[in-house]
Amino acid sequence: MKKVFKMRDLDCANCAAKMENAIKKIDGVIDASVSFMTQKLTLEAEDERFDEIAREAARVCSKVDADCEVLL
Amino acid sequence: MSKKQKRMLARILVSGALFLTGELAPLDGWWALLCFLPAYFIIGWGVLLKAGRNILNGQIFDENFLMCLATIGALGLASYDLATGAQSMVGYDEAVAVMLFYQVGELFQSYAVGKSRRSIANLMDIRPDYANIRQDGVLVQVDPEQVAIGQRIVVKAGEKIPLDGRVVDGETMVDTAALTGESVPRSLKAGDDAVSGCINLTGLIEIEVTKPFGESTVAKILDLVENAASKKAKAENFITKFARYYTPAVVISAALLALLPPLFLGGWGEWLHRALIFLVVSCPCALVISIPLSFFGGIGGASARGILIKGSNYLEALAQTELMVFDKTGTLTKGSFEVVKTVPAPQVEPQQLLCAAALAESYSDHPIALSLKRACAVQQADDRVQEVQTLAGKGLRAVVDGEETFVGNAALMQAQGIAYTPLQEIGTVVYVARAGRYLGAILIADQLREDAKEALGDLRRSGIRRLVMLTGDNRATGQAVGQLLGMDEVHAELLPGDKVEQVEKLLAGKSEQGKLVFVGDGINDAPVLSRADIGIAMGGLGSDAAIEAADIVLMDDKLSELAVAIRIAKKTLAIVRQNIVFALAVKIGVLLLSAVGMAGMWQAVFADVGVSVIAILNASRALNTKKL
Repeated sequence: MKKVFKMRDLDCANCAAKMENAIKKIDGVIDASVSFMTQKLTLEAEDERFDEIAREAARVCSKVDADCEVLL
Repeated sequence: MSKKQKRMLARILVSGALFLTGELAPLDGWWALLCFLPAYFIIGWGVLLKAGRNILNGQIFDENFLMCLATIGALGLASYDLATGAQSMVGYDEAVAVMLFYQVGELFQSYAVGKSRRSIANLMDIRPDYANIRQDGVLVQVDPEQVAIGQRIVVKAGEKIPLDGRVVDGETMVDTAALTGESVPRSLKAGDDAVSGCINLTGLIEIEVTKPFGESTVAKILDLVENAASKKAKAENFITKFARYYTPAVVISAALLALLPPLFLGGWGEWLHRALIFLVVSCPCALVISIPLSFFGGIGGASARGILIKGSNYLEALAQTELMVFDKTGTLTKGSFEVVKTVPAPQVEPQQLLCAAALAESYSDHPIALSLKRACAVQQADDRVQEVQTLAGKGLRAVVDGEETFVGNAALMQAQGIAYTPLQEIGTVVYVARAGRYLGAILIADQLREDAKEALGDLRRSGIRRLVMLTGDNRATGQAVGQLLGMDEVHAELLPGDKVEQVEKLLAGKSEQGKLVFVGDGINDAPVLSRADIGIAMGGLGSDAAIEAADIVLMDDKLSELAVAIRIAKKTLAIVRQNIVFALAVKIGVLLLSAVGMAGMWQAVFADVGVSVIAILNASRALNTKKL
């Protein structure tokens, strides 16, 4: 399944790159892309565990930049 | 400015005032500390806090941490000097100044990014807010997503057409500029297809909805542009990869700089100071921020001109176009066949010839038949035409007004033993014979687009080295059109499958760096569009197939937009390159100068935030596609 999430307060471009890399490493993620300009996370992951993976992705993002929030 | 930014501005002003007091007032020693320390914490507590939190989360080399290390280091060195009475070049003011300028830079950066995010959003402001439907005789505004197929909506003058549909009542002019970049309004009357996203300019129209909002043109375009950013360009990936190595490398060099030289030369404080300067320069932000910004600006600017680009990677590839391959019919030509010439036999009126052919063809929907019917004023006359018989590969036979009529190619005339005058011209020649007598020849041809020749010349000036035309037409027609337009190569008599093969051959023959672009109408060339490095479909407005199949969609039917797209791509890529070179040159320059003691904290701060700001300003030029 592929879904796009909005992000709030994504202020640093380097963080966006770091988030993208970290999300790609989550088990079950097929592909991920964090767009700094549109403040959007595109997540493609296994269907069965999608919600769980999305929550994990949001957690990873706030780990990289505590100010930034993924709107699930 | 957002609330967050305003708060930051207030902190900068307070801290800046304290800083100036400390600098200008005749204070020294411990008194100066009373001014500088509060100034430092007012401006820097956020950074300190974030750095601490990120370290706990395992993010070590992040810019907050580096700024903290550099400024706390400077504070520490200054305190050491103060306590021991040693004279060095480091002061408290330096730590404050670095933090202050870092924050000013960050504020500016976030303001500039916010601004370009908004201006791109404005460019793409085609989302309709509501649709008017009639309920119990009154107009009610509803969410476009709630309108079903078959429902009728009313669009008043000045309103956006919210959903795709067919005009059932009214007549008006619509502005398609938001979709196509074309400022000349189009006229719309009952029976015409209305495309969502256009603005109704003059009259009131009623539309029967043919597609739900999610499948309407406007939703498709928005979806496409919003997803474009997720397809990243090589330059973008290169920079993020580079950043991953750059920061640790600079931090390690800083550590080495602080430890190794003083072992042999002494002067710990001075070398530590230089190492701190390294840390300030180590943030890759200018690079990382300005590149997606440039690409996004380019994509946004292009969409304002009716050129939809589905990803930064395609914009990047487009700038490297080496050869462009065109489909002929519907791309270089209008795709509509017209009678261009009649050559009647002696004592035959042209209209007589045309109508004989049109009548015989009156049951056919073939493009040639349609053009014949358009050319002859006589409408369908069922009772006059009988015994229609298709003769495969030759034409047809029909009995018109009781007389046997043959309409077809030269082979048909020969087969019927009719003496005819061969016509050697570009296009399709139709010979007509009635009751054993030759009536004449009709030349039917597809017309070139008016701007084709000029557009191709423009492409050459934009640096395209080879122009190739593919066509399913016969060789003579293909060659003639190719020559007229100045094509470098023409491949004719290709079946749809052969076109893919031909493109593969061309792909193998081009240089490694150069890209192959295929331009088609997106209707039956989807396999070729996807096989080429970049597939461009023309006339996306109203054609879902084109929007789906291509990497780049020209919303308007204008070939001249191709050169515009290439110029936008080249400009964007030039900006990207300028930013990469400029940022790296300044950073490396400052690193080298500070290693030998010729650059201080000020230069380092400039190399960090100053460069970011300049790179962002440069990137925002990509948005402007009015002047290229």
